[in-house]
Amino acid sequence: MTPVLEIKNVTKNFGGVRAIDDFSVKIEPGKIHGLIGPNGAGKTTIFNNITGILTPCNGTIIFDEKEITGKKPHEIAQYGIGRTFQNIRLFSNLSVLQNVILACSMDAQYNLIDAFIRSPRYRRMEKQISEKAMSLLESVGLDGNCDEIASKLPYGHQRKLEIARAIALNPKLILLDEPAAGMNADESAELVGFILEIKERHEFTVLMIEHHMDVVTNLCDYVTVLNFGKTIASGTPAEVKKNEHVIEAYLGGAEGC
Amino acid sequence: MFSDYTQGIMIIACINMIAVLGISVLTGFTRLFSFGNAGFMSIGAYTSALLTAKMGMPFIPAILVGILFAGIAAYLLGSLTLKLKGDYFLITTLGFGEMVRVLFNYIPITGGARGLSGIPKYTTLPIAVICLVLAVIIAWTLIHSKYGRNFTAIREQEIAAESVGIDITRSKKMAFVFSAMFAGWAGALYAHNLMFLSPMMFNLAKSAELTITVVIGGLGSLTGSIFGSLVVTLLPEIFRSLANYRMFLYGLAVVLIIILRPAGLFGYREFSIRKSIAFVKAAPGTITALLKGKSSKDKMEARK
Ligand SMILES: Nc1ncnc2c1ncn2[C@@H]1O[C@H](COP(=O)(O)OP(=O)(O)OP(=O)(O)O)[C@@H](O)[C@H]1O
Ligand SMILES: [Mg+2]
Repeated sequence: MTPVLEIKNVTKNFGGVRAIDDFSVKIEPGKIHGLIGPNGAGKTTIFNNITGILTPCNGTIIFDEKEITGKKPHEIAQYGIGRTFQNIRLFSNLSVLQNVILACSMDAQYNLIDAFIRSPRYRRMEKQISEKAMSLLESVGLDGNCDEIASKLPYGHQRKLEIARAIALNPKLILLDEPAAGMNADESAELVGFILEIKERHEFTVLMIEHHMDVVTNLCDYVTVLNFGKTIASGTPAEVKKNEHVIEAYLGGAEGC
Repeated sequence: MFSDYTQGIMIIACINMIAVLGISVLTGFTRLFSFGNAGFMSIGAYTSALLTAKMGMPFIPAILVGILFAGIAAYLLGSLTLKLKGDYFLITTLGFGEMVRVLFNYIPITGGARGLSGIPKYTTLPIAVICLVLAVIIAWTLIHSKYGRNFTAIREQEIAAESVGIDITRSKKMAFVFSAMFAGWAGALYAHNLMFLSPMMFNLAKSAELTITVVIGGLGSLTGSIFGSLVVTLLPEIFRSLANYRMFLYGLAVVLIIILRPAGLFGYREFSIRKSIAFVKAAPGTITALLKGKSSKDKMEARK
């Protein structure tokens, strides 16, 4: 099968720091792929290179058989890559519903004139967007919180809202940056069920960064382990856990959380 | 119906509101600050005034050309500067405003520093009111369409906005051009109300006044901006003796608002008659609750 996403020999330097060093990976469609590694290994930097927030110094990134290296973030989102952020980035002062509606601008294929004369096309699309946003919120279980201000939501709900917002793009691939961060064992167990369920329903591929090993073990089909910007191991969660380089990296890295 | 004096003030209020609506979209909804919009006002003012006074063009086409020129200037400036970070962008608008002022001082056709006179008095109260109503409808429609939502997304979280597919440079440019066109519109009406123009009228203080008005009225609220504009235009007229302290009082108001109520008087909410009635009805209950000692102060204490 052709991979959804292929990263080939990507390198990223910040001044003298080499955050990603000749990194390559292939993400198979329909799978959940984990990206793990100690703090500062370069995981988030890889996400930022994929989504165009950063541009790789070297190498190529191919998504859905198109090269996306160096494209702008909004173009990459439009191609069908949704993402969440390690430190949640919601539209904080807006309602839960507005947060999802704002992410539906691609569904609004009308122009200024349509908006000013309130053409049938404008009204139809605006209606479709509200309905889509509502059904997305239902799908993540936040339909009861539509009118609440996003920043006032409990932490776990904020994470879910961010995921709902990413799904609004109808993405082929979703990048989750530490979705279980700050959650206890029960909450992470619930998150595992939640991710499996919405992945089935919306049919996307997942690339996720995660420190909680139980989450990784229960969710991921395949894991890539990163240290100092390089792949040190890859395989199924069970294989990776036994790998001596991985054990060393985590034990050597003072507190591997 | 109204005395000449009252009519004069109402015209000025309408004109200010149009310029302020432009800033409201730019600053209140997109969180971009411009201290150069007086410059766009002057482009609209001089362009339309020269067309009517020197070339005998009718008023409405002259206004439209004025708006167009202001918009083109903003498009060109925005293309160069909107990729910069917020505060750097602000500095370039400031520089632009001053540059335009100095330019109008030296171009012979504008009458330079001595000013441009002989502009026909075309701006009547009905015209000013019609323009304002139109401006409100246009701004309202824009803000409530996907374009306005894209602006709001940029205001709330720029990186998240990009990550959901919003072309932030394009949206920012749109908001900037929009605000410049509204400024140009206000400028054209202004020229044909005063019948005289001098570059000094469009200085940095004027630009600052527009932004201050939006901050007072409330960021992210069109009705708030209109209300703020009314306050800023009418209060100096009502308290004539305070007119000299105008800028001082604006400054004081902004400092107090930023400290006490950073979202402004209306902050993120639009004025709605239904909600206001509900609020007034609920007021007695709230007051009794306060008297019973459930004041917010106690809550603050409790939180500590
Ligand atoms: N914008 C930047 N400028 C300079 N250095 C950066 C930047 N972003 C990341 N780095 C550096 O790159 C390295 C990798 O950072 P990254 O955020 O990708 O780590 P991570 O694997 O996501 O870690 P964590 O588990 O703590 O989130 C770190 O040394 C970090 O300090
Ligand atoms: Mg990270």
